[in-house]
Order: sequence, then structure tokens, then C-alpha cells
Amino acid sequence: MSNLVEIRDLHFSYGDRPILSNLSMDFPRGKLIAVMGGSGSGKTTVLRLIGGQIRAQRGTVSVAGQVVNKLDTEGLYRLRRKMGMLFQFGALFTDLTVFENVAFPLREHTDLPEEVLRDLVLLRLNAVGLRNAAQLKPNEISGGMARRVALARAVALDPKLIMYDEPFAGLDPISMGVTANLIRNLNDALGSTSILVSHDVDETFHIADYVYFLSAGKIVAQGTPDEMRNSTDPYVRQFVHAEPDGPVPFHYPGKSLADDLGLGGKR
Amino acid sequence: MIGRFLAAIGSFLIDKVLGRIGFVTRSFINLLGRAPGAWRRPALISEQIHFIGNYSMLIILVSGLFVGMVLALQGYYTLSQFGASEKLGQLVALSLLRELGPVVTALLFAGRAGTSLTAEIGLMKAGEQLSAMEMMAVNPIQRVLAPRFWGGVIAMPVLATVFSAVGVIGGYLVGVQLIGVDAGAFWSQMQGNIDVRHDVLNGVIKSVIFGVAVTFTALFQGYEAQPTPEGVSRATTRTVVIASLMVLALDFIMTALMFNT
Repeated sequence: MSNLVEIRDLHFSYGDRPILSNLSMDFPRGKLIAVMGGSGSGKTTVLRLIGGQIRAQRGTVSVAGQVVNKLDTEGLYRLRRKMGMLFQFGALFTDLTVFENVAFPLREHTDLPEEVLRDLVLLRLNAVGLRNAAQLKPNEISGGMARRVALARAVALDPKLIMYDEPFAGLDPISMGVTANLIRNLNDALGSTSILVSHDVDETFHIADYVYFLSAGKIVAQGTPDEMRNSTDPYVRQFVHAEPDGPVPFHYPGKSLADDLGLGGKR
Repeated sequence: MIGRFLAAIGSFLIDKVLGRIGFVTRSFINLLGRAPGAWRRPALISEQIHFIGNYSMLIILVSGLFVGMVLALQGYYTLSQFGASEKLGQLVALSLLRELGPVVTALLFAGRAGTSLTAEIGLMKAGEQLSAMEMMAVNPIQRVLAPRFWGGVIAMPVLATVFSAVGVIGGYLVGVQLIGVDAGAFWSQMQGNIDVRHDVLNGVIKSVIFGVAVTFTALFQGYEAQPTPEGVSRATTRTVVIASLMVLALDFIMTALMFNT
């Protein structure tokens, strides 16, 4: 099977509020696929469904041939050992050092001798350029560095699938470029499949193989970054060129200003 | 009209009250189910006993001393009216071992360690640390909650014992050293009228049960907190209120069962 992750006819809602509807997506092995869209478009929900943190009401999400929304807790935990996830702000364990954060999944899932574990952790930290920060606590490093530590932790067990939730949010341009290159390089070096959820157009287009655009829980466009740059689709154009108005309105939907001000003859 | 009113009450009772009780009970059983697994990593448990127990020690020592001193003052005042002031040692020790030791320790424990547990778990949730753990195929109930649960359950009786011991010393200082009750009478009355099983052991059982109640409440509130600053703040407040009321209610029930003869 060429796709590591497949989503078919997926429907998900919080109560009566639909978030995703009739969604079908493919994530081929070895590729870095971006899922883009504005805030509230359902991007992070897609990641949470793939990771089994929430379950779809209809449709299927399969990872490596296993249907995630049909797995029991033990099965889900077994599958998650093949996954790594980078959370938006790193989600490092604040009571542990940088070294112990990266060592955490290794300590939990392997019985490696301490010296082997130490070498593995230092190699992972070296890959993200933070070997010399191993003994610092998360509150002693910058946001960009924390994101890199979280990246080292996410790939500690050589996952088949790595998911990134807004990895560029709140980073300065240097950290953003460093993080983007790391995501691409790690994907290629580990032979993994990566899913990148982001709304940062430049960095994402620079590293992604394929892009899905989501709006209101539906795919509105998809293609390679070059195809998306040249797309004439009004939503993609507005998003890629950061236009203030278009299919995504500037104003929150509701009453008009004239109505609110009592103009137009009606009271 | 009346039918709709009754339906609304029924719906409230089933959805909100029974549903909530069921959810809390299921969470408690889930935690108990995961708790034995925490002993595979005893270092995590000893770390929590140190964190929860050691850091509560100062407030327990100071409170125990003052409670014992006040007991001696008030006890002497009443006992001396009946010419029974030599019974002071017995009164101080029984009050501490049976009631004040376990109960006051549990209330202080809820305020000191309980709030800290709720805030810690709530902030871990808000910082997506628990979600990150789940995504690393590590069950946060077993890895984070269970060691803290054991830490609280083990630390609580130790703290209550320390509270009672220091309280007795406080009673001795005021009763014997300050007021002048005979030291021999103070200690011998205490020794002669306290039963290890009936008084000491029941006090320890109480404190273990309070430890379970307070620690579970604190962990549950943190785990179920809304992952926002306001949510964590509310959960912390709820921990103190619910845990304190539970301690007082459980104390009444256990006292009725243990000391009903």
C-alpha cells in the first residue's frame, strides 16, 4: 500500500457543530504533506483524528492499514508507538531537563542500558543542534529551541509517521527557517511520512511535497506547492497572497452595520 | 405543566447528578485499576511521597504543636472543674489520635498538597503535556496520576501521625511545663487509657481513607480541569471545597462505625 494514512468520507462534529464533512485525504509514504487553512478550518482536528485522540462519527481513518477509529485503547497505544507528534508549543515536560524530555519515550518503551540511551538522546539532540543544552530546563530555553527539543523527542523512536501541529507559530524568522529545514531533513533521513498542519505559506510551500487546503471542514483545493502558488481558486489566492477580503470575509457573519446603527428606515 | 416540571427534575437528576456520580466513580475505578502498575517504577512513587509529604511537613508540625497546646489549655480548664486535671494527657492524646490528627491533617493536606496537585495536573493539561504523553503511547493516568495517588495515600497517615505526636508534645509543654500538671500523671493516664487497636489503628485507618479521598479529588479535579488559567483556578478551588467536605462527612461516618460502643 503506497499510502501510510488514508482518510475516507470522514465526518466529525462537536455536538451539533460540524467540523469536518465528507473528507477524503491520502498521505503517501515518505512524503511531506501539508494541511493548510485558516483558523477553525479543522486542520488540527484532522491530526487529532489520525492520532486517535478523538473519534470520527462517520467514515474511516486508517494508518498503516489499521482503522484508527475502530481500535481499542491497547491497539491505539500500539499504533501510537509508530507515530511522533510535535505540538504547537512543544508540550515539553516542564519538570524534566531537555535530556530527560528526549529520553522520555525511550525510557517508557525500551529497556536500553543507560549508556546506549544517553548516546541515542545526545545524537537526537545533536540533530536539532541542542546537544549542549541537554541539562537545561524547558524554562531556560527559547520558544524556538523548545520546538526543536520537542522535535527531537517526537522522532526519538524513529516513527513511521510524524505529525506537526503549527510548528512555525510564534517563531522568529531564523527559528522558523531552522525548524522548517529540520522537518524536511528528518523526514528524508528517517524515511518517515510527515503531516504538517500550518498556516505559514512561505515555509510550508518551501518544504512540502503536496498541499491540502481546508476551509470549513472541506477540502477546497489540493496540489503541489507550485500548483497552489499559481492557482486561480479564489480561496487559495486569498490565503496565499494574504488578501484581507475574499471567500473568507473580513467581518464575522451576522447583522449588517446599517442594521446595528438603526439606519435604512427600519427600527 | 406539572408533567414538564417533573420531567425537568428527572432529567436533571439523571443527566447531571447520576451521570456525574457515574463518571466520577468510573474515573476512580480507572485510577485504582492503573495504580498497582505504578509500583513497577518505585522511584516515581518515592519522589511523590517526598514532594507531597516533605513539603507539607512544616505546616503539619506547626499546626500540630498549636492544636496540642490549645487542647491542653481548654482541656485543663474543663477537667480542673471536676478535679480530674491528671486526665489531661489522656484527653489530649485521645482527641488527637481519634479525631484532630487525621481530620486537621487531611484539611491542611487538601489545602497544601491537594491544591498543588490539582494545579500541577491542570497546568500539564493546559500545556498539552498530557496529550503529548498520550501521543507517545504513555498512559497519563498510570504515569502521572497513579504515582501521585500513592504518594498522597502513603504521605497522609505519616503526616497525621506526626501531627498527633507533635500535638502531644504541645499538650505536654502547656499542661505540664506551663500549667504544672504532674508529669507522671500526664504520661501514665495517656499510656493506661489508650488502646493501640481501638484508638491508634482506627486513627490510622481514618487518615488512609482521607488520603485516598483528598488525593483522588485533587487529581480528578486537575485531570478534568478546563485547560485555561480560569479553569485551573476553579479546579483548585473545587479541590479544597470538595475535599474538605468529604473529609468531614467521611469522618462522621467512620466515627459512627468505629467508636459506637
